[in-house]
Amino acid sequence: MDATIKKQLEITALKVRMGIIEGTFNAKSGHPGGSLSISDVLTYLYCVKMNVNPADPDMPERDRLVLSKGHCAPALYSVLSEKGFFPKEELKSLRHIGAMLQGHPCIKIPGVDMSSGSLGQGISVACGMALAGKTDNADYKVYTILGDGELEEGEVWEAAMFAAHNKLDNLVAIVDNNGLQIDGSINDVCSPEPIDEKFAAFGWHVIKTPAHDFDELEKAFDEAEKISSKPVVIIQKSVKGSGVSFMENMCSWHGKAPDKEQYDKAMSELSQRIEELESK
Amino acid sequence: MSEVKKIATRESYGQALTELAEEYSNLVVLDADLAEATKTVIFKKAYPERFFDCGIAECNMMGVAAGLAAAGKIPFASSFAMFAAGRAFEIVRNSIGYPHLNVKIGATHAGISVGEDGATHQCNEDIALMRTIPGMTIINPADAVEAKAAVRAAVEYVGPVYMRFGRLATPVFNDESTYKFEMGKGVTLRDGKDVTIVATGLMVNEALEAAKELEGQGIDARVINIHTIKPLDKEIIQKAAQETGLIITAEEHNIIGGLGSAVTEAVCEATPVPVVRIGVNDEFGYSGPAADLLKKFGLCSENITAKTIEAVKKFK
Repeated sequence: MDATIKKQLEITALKVRMGIIEGTFNAKSGHPGGSLSISDVLTYLYCVKMNVNPADPDMPERDRLVLSKGHCAPALYSVLSEKGFFPKEELKSLRHIGAMLQGHPCIKIPGVDMSSGSLGQGISVACGMALAGKTDNADYKVYTILGDGELEEGEVWEAAMFAAHNKLDNLVAIVDNNGLQIDGSINDVCSPEPIDEKFAAFGWHVIKTPAHDFDELEKAFDEAEKISSKPVVIIQKSVKGSGVSFMENMCSWHGKAPDKEQYDKAMSELSQRIEELESK
Repeated sequence: MSEVKKIATRESYGQALTELAEEYSNLVVLDADLAEATKTVIFKKAYPERFFDCGIAECNMMGVAAGLAAAGKIPFASSFAMFAAGRAFEIVRNSIGYPHLNVKIGATHAGISVGEDGATHQCNEDIALMRTIPGMTIINPADAVEAKAAVRAAVEYVGPVYMRFGRLATPVFNDESTYKFEMGKGVTLRDGKDVTIVATGLMVNEALEAAKELEGQGIDARVINIHTIKPLDKEIIQKAAQETGLIITAEEHNIIGGLGSAVTEAVCEATPVPVVRIGVNDEFGYSGPAADLLKKFGLCSENITAKTIEAVKKFK
């Protein structure tokens, strides 16, 4: 990847993280841990891969994204505001009464392709969108992002079967493999591992990648584009809380908002990194 | 007198989809391994490229339908009522109802008249479940003619619709050549001043039979067909309450949460009069021939007649 583009993506992804902290701090609730772990992949998709237009959010030929792990809405909202779908100011009223930004994605929000939040459902909806694309011979791609804990939902595997059976090669599922869910490590709660072998057995093309490196993400998505007659799953090995030192790999940051002190610390860490990158 | 023609409303579902396919090129049909039973097989044979079998996975099917609708299709997701409304309830609520997507749910084999398959497949709860989803339209047609018209109305309307069909062949009393379906409007099939029988689905014909019997006994019963349970035609019900002072409801569904509940709510809000609910009395069904089960559970004209006479004596 071109160094200038990479630097720009890294800066944007840090700004996306700041938006997540801004949103959850002002909401006094929400899910920063899993939002931070998908910041890079969402930044990459919306800034590089996806054909979307903030001036025409519903254009029929757009690429679509269903955030199946809907509790990580702060990350999606932050990316959409970076892209200009709505003002960044909206992030400050996340989860407030009467606000546009709901606790989980809502289809009425500009740029949000589907309401989601009840785990396991987004991948089915993404299958439906991909099937519509196939029957219309349309060029668009459909992306869906799942949590690794979410794979414990049975509907995910109904959808996995359906996607492979219908050869939905315009569908890319991303599994955010940060290894943690509310009650602890995914391996202690009710392990969905081996994730790669399960998807392979269901007839998917499986790609594994580190989550927080744009060169690696690009390689993964470039490979995904070459696959035909099969849906693709990209299992990204990620760090829950990625980018905020005291949140990293901490299960306790799944569904908790930072207080003022933690907010200041997180924002200062992230803005310092942006300054460092910009001065390079 | 020639014998009354009997057709199951599920037959109309499969036929109507096929007839509407040319006119609506974005109409697609989904099923969950029950195409022969839900009668979507008729569509499947005519338009195989627009038919998608999702296998025995109703939850995924509802999600796929949501995605198809979000991308501009008009999907008809088909299964038995038990699985469409029951098993997949939360997907219907969150992936179809909340985003208010243009998904049509064709739920066949509703009610006790499923027959021999027994309690696990006799869905008497679907209307109650669907009524609680904001923005969901619920249609329960009374005969094959109405069922066909309902499918057309559903495709013309933009938004989620739950259509309830039966397995059993039931009498066709509407005339296809003159029948007009108006979503959300009750139909007064017979005027009367002493009591009103409000019925839905296969109980409408039973209510008409009961009204004839009641006439012989000196009771002048009005009969209203409520094919659209939500949004409910409150006006026709409240007017009937006011004018006849007594309401009997009749449905092939649990008396909790279905037509009886909806009518009682509407009556109590504006024109409180006694309401007697005829339906499945909060119990599970069991195996047996459909016609025998309907009699056993009191879902027949004889029971409507008896309950109406009893109510008239008690309240009037």
